[in-house]
Formats: sequence, C-alpha cells, structure tokens
Amino acid sequence: MNLGLQLLFALIKILIMIGFLFNVGALLTWVDRRQSAMIQDRVGPNRAFVKVPILGEVRLFGLLHTAADGLKFFFKEDFIPPNADKLLFGLAPILAMAPVLALIAVIPFGDVIDVNALMRTVCVGADNHILNVDHGKCLDAGRKVVEGVSPFLIFPAVPRFGTPSITTGPIELVVAPLNVGLLYVFALAGQGIVGAAIAGWSSDNKFSLMGALRAASQMVSYEVTMGLSLVGAMMLYGTVRLDDMVRWQGENCWGIFAQPVAFFVFFAAAVAESKRIPFDLPEAESELVSGYFTEYSGMKFGMFYFAEYMEVATSSMLLVTIFLGGWQLPWIHRDGLTIAFGTETVFHTLMPHVWVTILQVLTFFGKVLVVCSFQAFVRWTLPRFRYDQLMKIGWRVLLPLSLANIFVTGCIVLGVDKSSLGFQGGLKVAADITQAALVVGLTGLTIAGVFWMLKRHKDSTWIVGSSAERALAAGGTKESPMQA
Amino acid sequence: MTAFPKKAALPTNAVVVGEGERSVVTQSYLPEVGRGLAVTMQHFFHNTREMLRGERPDPVTERLDPGISTISYPEQKRPYPERFRGVHRLTLREDASPRCVACLCCSTACPAQCIFIEPGEYPEGDKRRGYERFPVKFVIDELRCIFCGYCVEACPCDAIRMDTGAHATPYDSRDQFIYGKDLLTSFPGRDGSHKSENPRHEPGEPTHPGVTREHQSH
Repeated sequence: MNLGLQLLFALIKILIMIGFLFNVGALLTWVDRRQSAMIQDRVGPNRAFVKVPILGEVRLFGLLHTAADGLKFFFKEDFIPPNADKLLFGLAPILAMAPVLALIAVIPFGDVIDVNALMRTVCVGADNHILNVDHGKCLDAGRKVVEGVSPFLIFPAVPRFGTPSITTGPIELVVAPLNVGLLYVFALAGQGIVGAAIAGWSSDNKFSLMGALRAASQMVSYEVTMGLSLVGAMMLYGTVRLDDMVRWQGENCWGIFAQPVAFFVFFAAAVAESKRIPFDLPEAESELVSGYFTEYSGMKFGMFYFAEYMEVATSSMLLVTIFLGGWQLPWIHRDGLTIAFGTETVFHTLMPHVWVTILQVLTFFGKVLVVCSFQAFVRWTLPRFRYDQLMKIGWRVLLPLSLANIFVTGCIVLGVDKSSLGFQGGLKVAADITQAALVVGLTGLTIAGVFWMLKRHKDSTWIVGSSAERALAAGGTKESPMQA
Repeated sequence: MTAFPKKAALPTNAVVVGEGERSVVTQSYLPEVGRGLAVTMQHFFHNTREMLRGERPDPVTERLDPGISTISYPEQKRPYPERFRGVHRLTLREDASPRCVACLCCSTACPAQCIFIEPGEYPEGDKRRGYERFPVKFVIDELRCIFCGYCVEACPCDAIRMDTGAHATPYDSRDQFIYGKDLLTSFPGRDGSHKSENPRHEPGEPTHPGVTREHQSH
C-alpha cells in the first residue's frame, strides 16, 4: 500500500473512533438522565423538540436535550474568576479532554482486514478450473480469452490463523498499532489528574482546590490498582498489545472468566478513574459545590462534563478489550463459525471475510454500549463513599487484591506451563465450555427478554376520590388528556 | 466538681439489638451492591417495557401500581373535582351581552377586594333602564383573588361563575393577571357554553318575576 492510501485509511479509522467516542459521550448524557428517570420511576427529560414540516414537533425521547445543552454551553457567559490564573484556567479543560481522546488510539475495534480478500472476481472454467481474470475477460493458462464463461464476484473467507502479509494489503482496525499498547494506556490514563488538579488550582476557589486535591489523591491511588490489576491479565495473555489480547480471548476464553478478580478490581478502579459515583468525591455536590470545576461555565464546563462521559466510554472500551473479548463473538472466528470443544469440532462453516469483519466491528461497539449502560446502572445504584472509606478501599482492599491476583496468576501460569498436555487440553475444553455457556446464556437471556416484553400483565385500578371517579368515567386520564 | 454522669442502666425489659453480623461477605459490600443493582434494574426494565408498549399506568386510577405515574402536565391534567373553583367567567345573555347587572354584590362580598366594577346606565328609552345597570368595566385581579367563591354565591343573576375548570395561567408580568370584561366573557364553562343553565328573564317578558313599572310608585 502506498503512503497516501495508508494516510487515508488512518484518517478513516480516526474518524470512526473519534466519531464513536463523541457520539457515545453525547448519548451517555442522555442515557444518564433517561436511564436514571426509568430507574427512579420518572418520565425524564422529553421536552426539547425540533419542528419538522411534516412530522410536527419531533422530540426523539429527549435525545435533543443533548443538542440543546451543547448550544447552551456555547451561548453562556465564559466566566473567569478575577484572581484566577488565566492561562492555566483556560488550559485545564483541554488537559482534561486530550488524554481521553488520545487514549482510544490503541484500542482495536476489529480484526485485521485483508483488503485483497474482501471480494474477488473469479472465473471458473469448464472443468472447475480457476481461470485468470483480466479486464472482465477470462484467460486460460496461455493467456487466451476463454469464451462461454464470464467472471463473477465472490466474497471469500480467510484462514483463521496468521495475519495477511504486507503485500496483500492488511488494514489493522486500530488507529495506532503500538507494541506497548497497554503501557501507553497507563501513561495517558495518568494524565487525567493533571487537568483536574490544574483546574482546581487555577480557579482561586477553596472548594475547587479541595476538589483538585481529592481528585489528585484519588486518581493516584486508583492508578496503582488499575495498573496492577492488569498485570495478571498481561501475564496470562503474554502480551501488552491490545489486539493480541483480544485474539487470545477469541482462541481461549474471555478475560472475565480467566481473570475474574482482576475484572472486578479493574472495573472499580476504572469507575474511580472517571470520577463517577460512587467515587465522585472530587465533585461531591453536597460538600464541594461541584469540586474542581466549580468556577467553570460555558463550554469550558462543557468540556469537563463531556470528558467525564467520554472517559466512561474509553474505560468501557478498555474493559471490553481486555476482559470481555473485544471484537470477538463466541464461536465466530476469522474464518467463520466454528463450534469446537478442545480438539473435537462439532460444527464448522466458512463465512465471507466482509461479513465477519462487519459483525466483529459491530460486536465491539455493541459491547461498549452495553458496558456504558451498566456503568450508568452502577452510578444510579450506589451512594457515594466517604473519603476515608474511598482511600481504605483503594489501598487496603483493591491494591492487596490486585497484588494477590498477580501472585496467584503467576503460580497458575507457571503451573500450567509445566503441566502435562492432557491437563492443558482439559483447560482448552473448559475455555470452550465458557464460550458455549456465553452463547447459551446470552441467547437464553434474549429469548426470555422477548417473552417478558410480550407478556401481558394486569394492573389494578384504584378509585379513590372524586377525581379518580371522573377520570374513570372519562376513560382514564391517559386517553382523555385535556379534561378539566 | 461533679463526676461525668454515668450511662443510665438499661431498663430490665429492654431488648438489645445487635449491630448485625460483620462477616467478610458483608464487609466486602458486594452482596448489597448486587441487591441494589437488582432493584434498579427491575425498575428500569419494568418502566422501559411499559414505555415501549405505551402502557404507562394511569396516574389517577392506577397510581398505586409500580411504574411511572407522572402526569405530563400541559398535555395531561388531573381531572378536577366537579365543584373545583377555577378562573372566573362572566356568563352571557341570549344577545351575547354579559348577564351582569352591575349590582356590586360580588365586589362587596369579595374578601380580597379584587373585583372592580364601573356600572353604567342604559340609555334613555331602553327597556332595561331603571331596572338594571350594565358593567362598563368589570375587572378581576386574579393575583389578589383567593378563589373563595363568595362572588359566585353573592351574585343574584348567575352572572359570575367559577366553573371554567381552568386555573389562572401563569404569565410573566403582573398586569397580565388583571382580567377585563372581554377576557372574562370569553371563557367558556366546563360544558363549553358561554351561558348558564339558569334561564334569564328579561324585563318586559311575561316570565319576568321582579318588580314592574307599575310597582314603581310604591
């Protein structure tokens, strides 16, 4: 591939990732409000609308509130406190947002695409010989045009193992395929502190400073846990490249089964890193107004707000990549659908490379959305920790837990390496059983969900007071909206 | 110097409630997190299903059922009781003039003194001249009004009623709450009519029960 094409593909990949991140960030502000409304038996925001000529007022379940918020941020006064450090005050939102954007560069959202294998024009001769194709003509071995057969398009499959060589034109579906993948993630995740700390310092406000202090100490504490919790995963996968980690999970089992403790610890640390409930001490409303960004208004506040939601999205991406199989669907491999237990192949069929790629990319983004939604559930379920509890959990529970996890993982990895082939085969069967369990579990959940959606249920009627009587006489409140 | 007061002894019939078990499982906080998540998810999926199927419980008749029982106000309204006292209206005669005879009973009865009426005489030769007057101005300050309904009770002609079923619209300035005659006559009652069910007997009509001109000398 020449340089221009490479740059073009890089640009497309950046656009996909940044576009996804921004849209998920915007969507999450909606999800946060709407999901919390559904959790708390409220209707939630649904009043913002646009007038569309034929459809009238379009409200889109309150999605437009996000757009309205964005507009509002731009038109609000950009207030800078008189004694604030103007340079740092303006720099802080950028410093908060930049690492989040840069972090997604190493996150793979799909397997390597073999460009030449996406689609191919072929000719099949009379005796099922594959013929050469040239300018829409079929040529035989002597480069003479064969009459009676015409070329047609096929979507071939690719082999399951081995990546295509450089000459055949692979596209890696990751913005920057770094060899130090996970280390880059740690390096950038550490930068999140800088924005918060500078924001609090430069605001000339004691609440902001308190928030910044809390943010700094909290994030430094949980940074350690976050890094150490992934060491076990790195040892198990034998790599720090995120795409190789995903491949390992596709061939064996998802990280959540291999490293359950690390999954839990990393999840807690990631929530703490994104400074959200139950770890939102730096912006605790009841204590610190809104913490380190108390003095911010307008789009600068919007950037903090948005960076927080994008951080949720990036931490979900990391979680999906390292523990939930990344782009992998159980049983779907690079070459197609394979159901196997150990060396026993139950079912195998080839699937076109295009389909597999599209499926895998959609799987990755779908998983990210599910994890984001789960983070919102956590956010609306748990109360905020007290500050000493936060520190205790970080240093006395999660950190020893991650250290113990490293030790145990090391022992197990060493033991498995030294063990017999039969034992290793047994482990492979166990891993394949987890894949099968995932398929069965998810399918069962989906079917149960559909049945539950369609099930009829009867609500009871309570006629208390004259207004209920009038409502009943008018056919219920819902059906007779404007009664008085 | 007195000693620090000792803790009072527990009454003999007191039951000491323990602090609860502080096992590793409880301390790990995880079972309760799971239980909390179960509660929130239960609400979420229940409400989402009801929203998707369009069967939210009726906020009035099914208000005790689980689910969202919010009344989306301007589009939906809680049905008001039948005798709800809403914004005033001036009822009309057959010829679409107000039934009000400017007797000032309502403004006299009004404890908040929010009604102002400027009475006018009918012109010379009008059949009604000498029997009744008409309101040149009829102003109600809806911000002062306490919605006690005394004006409706006081009115001898069934000219002022509070059966519009509407409550005072919120405006952005105070002068907009001062309702004049035109606005008050423009409100319909709950049944949509601008009139009243009670028949009006104009002077000169045979059904008119009141004094006639023959009684004037008395």
